[in-house]
Amino acid sequence: MSGIPHDHYEPKTGAEKWLNNRLPIIGLVYDTLMIPTPKNLNWMWIWGIVLAFCLVLQIITGVVLAMHYTPHVDLAFASVEHIMRDVNGGHMLRYLHANGASLFFFAVYLHIFRGLYYGSHKAPREVTWIIGMLIYLCMMGTAFMGYVLPWGQMSFWGATVITGLFGAIPGIGEPIQTWLLGGPAVDNATLNRFFSLHYLLPFVIAALVIVHVWAFHSTGNNNPTGVEVRRGSKEEANRDALPFWPYFVIKDLFALAVVLVVFFAVVGFMPNYLGHPDNYIEANPLATPAHIVPEWYFLPFYAILRAFTADVWVVIAANWLTFGIVDAKFFGVLAMFGAILVMALAPWLDTSSVRSGRYRPMFRWWFALLVIDFVLLMWCGAMPAEEPYATISLIASAYWFAYFLIILPLLGVIEKPTPLPATIEEDFNAHYGVKTHPAE
Amino acid sequence: MTMMRKIALSATSALVLASGAAMAATGAHVEFTDKAFAHEGPFGKFDQMQLQRGLQVFTEICSSCHGLKYVPIRTLADPNGPQLPADQVRAYAAGLDAVPLADGEERAREWTDHFPSRAGDGMGPDLSLMAKARAGFHGPYGTGMSQLFNGMGGPEYIYSILTHFEDNPACAPEGIDGYYYNSAFPNGGVPDSCKDEHGISTVPGSWIAMAPPLMDDMVTYADGTPATLDQLAEDAASFLYWAAEPKLMARKQAGFIAVTFLVVLSALLFLTNKKLWAGVKGKKVTI
Ligand code: HEC
Repeated sequence: MSGIPHDHYEPKTGAEKWLNNRLPIIGLVYDTLMIPTPKNLNWMWIWGIVLAFCLVLQIITGVVLAMHYTPHVDLAFASVEHIMRDVNGGHMLRYLHANGASLFFFAVYLHIFRGLYYGSHKAPREVTWIIGMLIYLCMMGTAFMGYVLPWGQMSFWGATVITGLFGAIPGIGEPIQTWLLGGPAVDNATLNRFFSLHYLLPFVIAALVIVHVWAFHSTGNNNPTGVEVRRGSKEEANRDALPFWPYFVIKDLFALAVVLVVFFAVVGFMPNYLGHPDNYIEANPLATPAHIVPEWYFLPFYAILRAFTADVWVVIAANWLTFGIVDAKFFGVLAMFGAILVMALAPWLDTSSVRSGRYRPMFRWWFALLVIDFVLLMWCGAMPAEEPYATISLIASAYWFAYFLIILPLLGVIEKPTPLPATIEEDFNAHYGVKTHPAE
Repeated sequence: MTMMRKIALSATSALVLASGAAMAATGAHVEFTDKAFAHEGPFGKFDQMQLQRGLQVFTEICSSCHGLKYVPIRTLADPNGPQLPADQVRAYAAGLDAVPLADGEERAREWTDHFPSRAGDGMGPDLSLMAKARAGFHGPYGTGMSQLFNGMGGPEYIYSILTHFEDNPACAPEGIDGYYYNSAFPNGGVPDSCKDEHGISTVPGSWIAMAPPLMDDMVTYADGTPATLDQLAEDAASFLYWAAEPKLMARKQAGFIAVTFLVVLSALLFLTNKKLWAGVKGKKVTI
């Protein structure tokens, strides 16, 4: 499958040949498992397997939860309590599913930042990156709709606030919002369609994941040096890469087991720590909670959404230039989606000829700031919309955009990268102090 | 019904006190007491006798104003719960309010039914999930650090509400009828005279519409435990935490088994991985 030369499956017995001529499925599995993988991958390359695990965990627990859940405004909250109290192992299923979403996002953020640091988004892996961004968007949609299903106070008010964002689109906003909700406000129709879509989207994600894997199996994995695996011959490639099975399967499983120790400790001993207590109060359209806060994984983008208030000069300028069409609310919505868009465009905004941040002395500092910026935004998103959080959010949001739109393009021009290793083998051997191959 | 009651309540309180929601948003501070409950910590277990005492407090005092509508009566017999014998649970169920049938007739509750819900004037909110719904010190009210490190959460909240009724502070006007000053209650109103020029409350807590429900010796415990206010409050809080999280012990057990298993698995995979890569990394295979 990949451009890296390697052994392919040869059907030997008659039965294998028979099947292979009709459906080359064993070959597909073989090639996928034996894919040559750069041998210098570090521990930041394990999040993919964690993400795959999360998807499977969420689908399995989700399918069983759906057997006991009732998507109706009068019954949803009670049916979740029924799961927690009466269904065998129901409390574990639900806590696994709820915290599974958190692990999913935790892993995806590390996976994304890994990509941004080592230049995994850069040519020729742009398609992998874009598909990854689509997966991330689907994850956000799925998680958002899933959070509505227990029909607690935060479910209801979160849904009201977030669907209200679409109402901010000038002109067509209100019809779109009504169409999304299935009525003028969040109600039974909303709950039903969210349940339907919450069940559907994970399978869309699964399909996208297959394409994501196909894409990077075609280009080969990136690696911490950003230097490509040599492809001149099989022998050459074998010095830079090792087959995925067993080397990386075992390594990834080890990492997964360690991550799951922490995950099960959270599920077993503090399963509600990441949730909002208000969601244990049944939805009440007449009582607005004092603070409406989304789940932690949405907080950075929620902070960006709220940062652009009417008194910010860019908002005033945008308002004036568009004759009032773009008001503060719509600007906030544009900024939130824009923040994800600029990240998706990173392959084209990053002008450096070097992939890996390891060899980019200036980039490293700006990137570290971006990570801090992200955490800062997350913190601001959890805080009430008042000073000093408003100003911090604004500065942090500005940095997010500046990083992708100004710093990334400029750095490629002004920065002088440090020398790259000639091959992955050289980097690997230097790191582990391996004696050079006698043949060389 | 509960909804109607809430609106009626806030309408009355608006007359006497500033609106509770606005209050909460302007930085109410509260006083909590950290209590070492038996169920805390990774190996903490519910104290069965305490749950039974808490059930008694709930039945004799709280149940006249508060429901427990999500709690099935039969769970009183569950191991890891109050674990009453089956015949006692049946008798208990029969003693609860009758439920109307579809044809308007009434029948006594059975052990498969849920605890009654309460609605109407002077009734309090349902307590089935209160110990989780007020697992405060978390989210918008903080970063959850005290919850993480001190194990403070919903049961502490309930214990604190029950024990932090205090005399009106000096700033309060005469005649706040029907409201009681409670230094642990964050969601009630505060009279304007107890606010500074920014509208921020100068006293901890706020005014709650529940009269102090507990006093020393209000209940006679069958097991002879002295029924001090502190004891009553702790027992009630513990029982209500069980009501909110009845599977706590099964969950901790599952968590412990999973963590142990995964630690062993991690160790085995670590060794496998080490051996597998040793050759590639130019090291001697030692195991
Ligand atoms: C006379 C009726 C009455 C009795 C008896 C009573 N309560 Fe209440 N309780 C109320 C009312 C009314 C409220 C609502 C107060 C408010 O929102 O201002 C309330 C509120 C509460 C709250 C706070 C809920 C929140 O919103 O944070 C808790 C906890 C509580 N009660 C626990 C108990 C417990 C435990 C008992 C038994 C020891 C008890 N109550 C007995 C009437 C009562």
